[in-house]
Amino acid sequence: MDLHFRDVEPTDDERATVDALLGPPESSWEGAERTEADLRWSSGGHAARSRRDLLLPGLHALADRVGWISEGALAYLCRRLTVAPAEAYGVATSYPLFSVTPRPATVLHVCTDLVCTAAGASALCAGIESRLGGLKALEGLEGGDRVAVRRASCLGLCERAPAALAVKAGDPVRTAVAAPATVETAVLAATAPDSAPQEPPAEAAVPRTGQPAPVLLGRVGVVDPSSVDDYRAHGGCTALRRAFALGPAGVLREIVDSGLVGRGDAAFPTGHDGRAVPVGRVWQAAASRPDQPRHLVCNAHESGPGAFKDRVLMEGDPYALVEAMTIAAYAIGARRGYLYLRGEHPRAARRMRRAVDRARARGLLGDDVLGRGHAFDIEIRRGAGAYVCGEETAVLRSIEGYRAEPCPTPPSPPSPPSPSEKGLFGGPTVVVDVETLVSVLPILTEGPAASASRLVCVSGSVDRPGVHELPYGAALGELLARAGVRPDLRAVLVGGAAGGFVRPDQLDVPVGSGVVIAFDGTVPLPRLLSRVAEFFRAESCGLCVPCRIGTVRQEEALHRLVDPAGPAAADDLALLREVGRAMRDASLCGLGRSAWNAVESGVDRLGVYG
Amino acid sequence: MTVTSLGVPRRLLEFALDGEPVCVPEGTTLLDACRAFGKEIPALCQVGTLAPGGACRLCVVEVEGADALVASCCREAEPGMRVRSGSERVRHSRRTVLELLASSVDLSTTPQAMGWIEEYGARPDRFGPGAARSEEAPILDNGLVVRDPGKCLRCGNCVAACGGQGRHTFALAVSGRGAETRVGVEYDAPLTDSACVYCGDCLDVCPTGALSSRTEFDLRVAGTWDEPAQTATTTVCGHCGVGCRLTLHVQDNEIVKVTSPHDGPVTRGHLCIKGRFGHQYIQNRD
Ligand code: SF4
Ligand code: SF4
Ligand code: SF4
Ligand code: FES
Ligand code: FES
Repeated sequence: MDLHFRDVEPTDDERATVDALLGPPESSWEGAERTEADLRWSSGGHAARSRRDLLLPGLHALADRVGWISEGALAYLCRRLTVAPAEAYGVATSYPLFSVTPRPATVLHVCTDLVCTAAGASALCAGIESRLGGLKALEGLEGGDRVAVRRASCLGLCERAPAALAVKAGDPVRTAVAAPATVETAVLAATAPDSAPQEPPAEAAVPRTGQPAPVLLGRVGVVDPSSVDDYRAHGGCTALRRAFALGPAGVLREIVDSGLVGRGDAAFPTGHDGRAVPVGRVWQAAASRPDQPRHLVCNAHESGPGAFKDRVLMEGDPYALVEAMTIAAYAIGARRGYLYLRGEHPRAARRMRRAVDRARARGLLGDDVLGRGHAFDIEIRRGAGAYVCGEETAVLRSIEGYRAEPCPTPPSPPSPPSPSEKGLFGGPTVVVDVETLVSVLPILTEGPAASASRLVCVSGSVDRPGVHELPYGAALGELLARAGVRPDLRAVLVGGAAGGFVRPDQLDVPVGSGVVIAFDGTVPLPRLLSRVAEFFRAESCGLCVPCRIGTVRQEEALHRLVDPAGPAAADDLALLREVGRAMRDASLCGLGRSAWNAVESGVDRLGVYG
Repeated sequence: MTVTSLGVPRRLLEFALDGEPVCVPEGTTLLDACRAFGKEIPALCQVGTLAPGGACRLCVVEVEGADALVASCCREAEPGMRVRSGSERVRHSRRTVLELLASSVDLSTTPQAMGWIEEYGARPDRFGPGAARSEEAPILDNGLVVRDPGKCLRCGNCVAACGGQGRHTFALAVSGRGAETRVGVEYDAPLTDSACVYCGDCLDVCPTGALSSRTEFDLRVAGTWDEPAQTATTTVCGHCGVGCRLTLHVQDNEIVKVTSPHDGPVTRGHLCIKGRFGHQYIQNRD
């Protein structure tokens, strides 16, 4: 492949950043000094092309070091990986966290999503912007001590809303979280990330409400998340030993018997037409495929408003995820696992990286796990903000170094149980979420009956926001009582942005989802519905027409309806219904298909517009 | 000698199409199956030479048991499937998608668009005068290929033809996200500064006329582009010895467009700058 490059060069910093990730260049084609050997050797060839999946890490490295991705830097990265610059530009611009125009080294991401809006994000944002200046005003200004303020979709810190995340590019990159944020704390985080106060520990997001004793969250706040030994002292690795004793087929049998179902619903509406995915059967199907290599992908990219349990588990009990991934890989016969987590969760990424490194050093990962002859290792990949990467095929494309978009023709039949036949890098692949993986541990240690609890993120108008562990079938009202719901409850959103609102007199139903947000009367309901619409418009990947344009039309109509007494209100409601129905029916993936859910329930069940 | 592969004979499978049992070879898309049995399916972004991209969603049909409609260009027929190609649900989505699309881009050069809008009773103006549109002006940065973002459906066909499914030139890519999605060169550089070799293959797969030759663009601006008056003659390109088939579109004794039959034995629709645009120079010389 002959690549064409415009006449652009990286700065020394940019070149060094790319070289630090990829190693020094080997030929002048890749940007090294020209040598005799180059006359006989022409391009990056297959070896480089097979490193396409390093494009996303490369973009991250540049963003971390410089704050934005310049044309010279991108061209250099492309030379090193044999990727066409137009394509790489397309990839970079499919992620909201990357900027391809100059911006200051520090960016303050201020969440204006649902939970934070209900907690006063508008005023907070206005206050911060008047102190620091908005991103628009600073566009084109690079470096220096300036701060760009970016209004963001949910940062996954909803239990401490309103939230802000400061990222200061440099060597190394610095991050600081202000949550709950005030104008003062957010400005401090942005201007002096090193002296900003520490975040509370992970267990602060796990309200202890007594009975019953938590299983999945049992170690959060109890174990030292940095220590393998402490993990072992608290029951860690028992499940893995049991797994080795059972053998892969035995592990699969236990999981099938437990009836474990996938729980990715908190973050992203499941692609399987809403039906529960029987985890054991999917894994068995993957294990029985003759082709190799097989891959395991843990999708920890939960990112709708109100969803944060993956973050809490990874921050509070990181070795549990390492162990669970190892067991899953053993069961399906995969030697490599990818953990795809959110770019907005630097602490979870740090802790997972440390846990993986230490586990490897202690023989829990590597060529011979626990001396039992099973080879497995974990690679951590950071997403860069696109909610659509919660989708099963989009996360694979993202890891492979393509745009954050789902696959229009998924290779597996759309009905479960079926793992992707041609998933990651064309091999059989199992994609699974954090909670489902971690649920495998008690199944192996306590037996198949142990998987009876689920995690629910509760945020909004409650006294004890956080991740609650509940027995299956517990009622919504019971959960809200546990979480200390405040008086003046106006509406509850179950299932996040993709879910539906219920009225305060409808709480006598089982909790059917991992995300519950309670709203009081502080922010008018029409404003909340507009914010949901804004979320979908902002997160649409743009691949298909109904979602790309439908979400824009939905938001426009809801903005008009802020004055529901207007003469055109009835027309707008009819229009919303028709557009909503087409988005649900004709969109390519779960994002577009669920973009009308919450708004519809707001109209029909809450009667927001009378 | 030309060797034509006959391929492995494909097995037939049976499914129900609008209540009638039908048989198609394995691997047939629902779109092709519908068409083979005389069902009219509007399909904008699918061109036979490229893998389906599933962007326009006009070709949706109803498959019993699936929660959502499926894009018929993207889904192969399966034994026992029950498919409805024109139910109220299907027609509703098609109508709304047409409204959404026509309210955001200019479909005046999209063949069939007006017919579909009429057939489905779509009202693109229902979103009001405030509805956001792609308003960007046509990009005239070179003498051969005109890009008009205001007409672009963002289907990515041009990207596929220029890149991995065609030329492997990779001059164009889809960039941005959501409503900001667009097609272009890295950092929005002009085409003259890109990898483009002006083969014009992208023009050939563009369903909306967002990509056109400069000749066609100028004639349209002048109001003298007259498709019904054009004749098409297929010949063999004389610029080199490969033997690409050319279809010359002639209006008033002038070649106004060159295409290549997609089923052409040598190049399957691909051309190079000489075949595609060489006529401009020939004509300019005399
Ligand atoms: S439904 Fe939305 S997010 Fe999904 S593919 Fe279509 S445009 Fe992208
Ligand atoms: S003319 Fe050819 S090379 Fe240029 S953009 Fe189109 S397909 Fe690519
Ligand atoms: S220019 Fe044409 S082919 Fe390319 S994306 Fe737009 S509509 Fe599709
Ligand atoms: S952090 Fe603001 S809504 Fe989740
Ligand atoms: S023709 Fe099938 S999605 Fe466009």
